[in-house]
Amino acid sequence: MAAVAGNRTAVVTLPSDTQILITREFDAPKHLVYRAWTTPELIRRWWHAKRGEMTVAEVDLRVGGRWRYAMVAHGEFEVAFHGEYLEIVPDERIVSTEVFEGAPEASATSTATFTEVDGRTALTLLVDHAAREHRDAHINSGMEDGLQEALDLLELAAISLDPD
Amino acid sequence: MLFDMARTATTADAFNAVAEPRRRQLCDVLAGGEMAVNELVARLGLTQPQVSKHLRVLREVGVVAVRGDGRQRLYRLQGAALKPIHDWIKDYEQTWNDRFDDMDAVLDDLKSQEEQDGGSGR
Repeated sequence: MAAVAGNRTAVVTLPSDTQILITREFDAPKHLVYRAWTTPELIRRWWHAKRGEMTVAEVDLRVGGRWRYAMVAHGEFEVAFHGEYLEIVPDERIVSTEVFEGAPEASATSTATFTEVDGRTALTLLVDHAAREHRDAHINSGMEDGLQEALDLLELAAISLDPD
Repeated sequence: MLFDMARTATTADAFNAVAEPRRRQLCDVLAGGEMAVNELVARLGLTQPQVSKHLRVLREVGVVAVRGDGRQRLYRLQGAALKPIHDWIKDYEQTWNDRFDDMDAVLDDLKSQEEQDGGSGR
């Protein structure tokens, strides 16, 4: 994956029927981005996206190891994700499964890739759902009109299947 | 269950219509301006029946509109039909932007730590 242009804004695209691709550049070398991405006490500082309190950040960083993240969104709803690491190349690449616990049938595979150029790091995160219907459901559910905000949050979180 | 609420997959909405890669390509080309079928055929390297089929699907969901101009029919993109997709992407992007902004703060801390450790953190 080519390094992203020098822009510290996330870019989201839908490269195929089942995929979501997120890219972002960081002003830090890749070993630090990797550390922020994989260290539980650091994950607790960013994964909540300011939408709630993070209650669980478990990382067993080895192939076959499991991870689980959970947060309580606005003090009301628990939003939890878990998965299993499929491939780990330290400072370079992490492949894992990920499941939103509110919809366990909608499993996805996510691949995080860290590419350093001149001390800056491009992070690309490719989320590939098992079925197009699951991704479509995520897309649709995120924009149903008239649903209360709490449900929207849960659905957005479902879309955000991505902790790694 | 959250996902049981999802509609069954059909091509009857903009999401499904643009899920097909060729149709996305067609939208990209039309984003450059109004165009006749023969121009689209030339740009996309597809046959005219293929292009017409994709155009029909996109018209059915309102992503593409058509008007007659003499003997020609000119197709154009209808941005409003794509707005729900755009809005969703924006919400999703915002979640990630918030996460990444917090990651920037974490990384600043990690960088200072490495400097204090004499830059030997690798």
